[in-house]
Amino acid sequence: MTYLVEVKNLKKNYASKEAVKDISFNIKENEILGLLGPNGSGKTTTIGMLLGLLKPSNGEIKIDNMNFEKNRIEILSKINFISPYIELPKKLTVKQNLIVYGKLYNIKNLKERIEYLAEKLRLEELLDRITGELSSGQKNRASLAKALINKPKVLFLDEPTASLDPEIGDFVRSFLEIYKKENKISILLASHNMNEVSRLCKSVLMMKNGIIIDEGTPSSLIEKHGRKNLEEVFLKLSKDKNEYN
Amino acid sequence: MNIIRVYGLFLRHFYLITRSFPRILDLIYWPSIQITLWGFISNFFATYSTYYNNAVGIILTCAILYDFLFRTSIGFNMLFLEEIWSRNFTNLFISPMKISEIITSLVVTALIRALIGLVPAILLTSPLFGISILNLGIYLFFLFLSLYIFGITLGILVSAGLLRFGPSFENIAWSTMFLIAPFGCVYYPVDILPDIFKNIAYCMPLVYIFEEARNILINQTVNIKNIYLAFMLNITYLLIAISLFYYSFNQARKKGTLINIGE
Repeated sequence: MTYLVEVKNLKKNYASKEAVKDISFNIKENEILGLLGPNGSGKTTTIGMLLGLLKPSNGEIKIDNMNFEKNRIEILSKINFISPYIELPKKLTVKQNLIVYGKLYNIKNLKERIEYLAEKLRLEELLDRITGELSSGQKNRASLAKALINKPKVLFLDEPTASLDPEIGDFVRSFLEIYKKENKISILLASHNMNEVSRLCKSVLMMKNGIIIDEGTPSSLIEKHGRKNLEEVFLKLSKDKNEYN
Repeated sequence: MNIIRVYGLFLRHFYLITRSFPRILDLIYWPSIQITLWGFISNFFATYSTYYNNAVGIILTCAILYDFLFRTSIGFNMLFLEEIWSRNFTNLFISPMKISEIITSLVVTALIRALIGLVPAILLTSPLFGISILNLGIYLFFLFLSLYIFGITLGILVSAGLLRFGPSFENIAWSTMFLIAPFGCVYYPVDILPDIFKNIAYCMPLVYIFEEARNILINQTVNIKNIYLAFMLNITYLLIAISLFYYSFNQARKKGTLINIGE
């Protein structure tokens, strides 16, 4: 089995609390893994460690068979990230932003790459527009283009469709499905949108209080917990207050 | 060191500056006002002071040198703060840029920002006040180089603080130069300072730079020792600042500051 992401016994302690307590999981090549959990469950901390923004207190992260701490720069060139909580520089045009990030990722044939992404993400008309003047949906597509500029092997998505209207949200989800299939990339998707997770993810991790409390395919989790859908499973596990403390 | 990545980060700030006329105006406006103001004060002192009457423009020359230092240091901080304000910090730090590449790019960009402001101001001094900073001769280059290194050093130190402590460190970013200025002996000889302040002043390269600028203009001689001492102190502080920046980056990764700044 080829795993692109291997996480072993990962821990993150801050002075006052343990944010992530000894979690392990893998992401296969060409797989979308859902990461679910209520606020404060440790999802952002986990993604922060996978992006190199946080240094784990213990454990190991391997991406593409390389230890993250020993090969940070090389791994960063193979991954990317999108979140509604971070933005591209607002005063630059979309094209300028893509050129800048293309250079930061040292992309060959950058012009062709930008043209390709602009076509796939319906950005052609927006390339010369100021990023800060775009609508939420347009900004989201521009950020997605930035996140794919380096042809990442692993993509980390944090609430990728939050604040988008249903039509744009559906476009982004369809795009991700097709892009993943064509490029065989691995995706870690953190989301509170259970329909999105059910649609995109083959397997799901449920986190609470810094640990993985359950995992499996969406259908197996629904069956195991005797619920009608993933949202009900999420609510059940979130409300079980003491079990995982 | 990958020069394309360095260029990429430079390009981000180049686009930002060149897209906005108010930003360019802002870069030029303050140095020009500063130089004009000190030009008139300089003329006044040259007319009424026995110390300055043999070398018109000492104050103005020192004002230009100090402004270059100020712009370089603030410029570096501004570039770093710009990433925080635009919520682009995370994007930058998850890109495969080495710390050395980030510093190199900001160092180059800060120089260009400082020169955009300073060159028009220097050009103003000749027609307005009949003074040319070029009177310092070839040594002007060494003085500017020393100031540039010290300005960058301060910028790196403040940015290290921003990395480690987050945006709450921003106020320090603005006040550093004002804290250091009294010990720099920009407009007066070091002998004016009380002994305890003198000891502090001699630990900084600024005092040697400005003493030497005055020495060249008043005595028409060059004391290479001052330039050498300034340079050696600069290199020492620069190495300390870079080490501290690396340390702050690692601490920020441990403490989680990077992730909080980014959002």
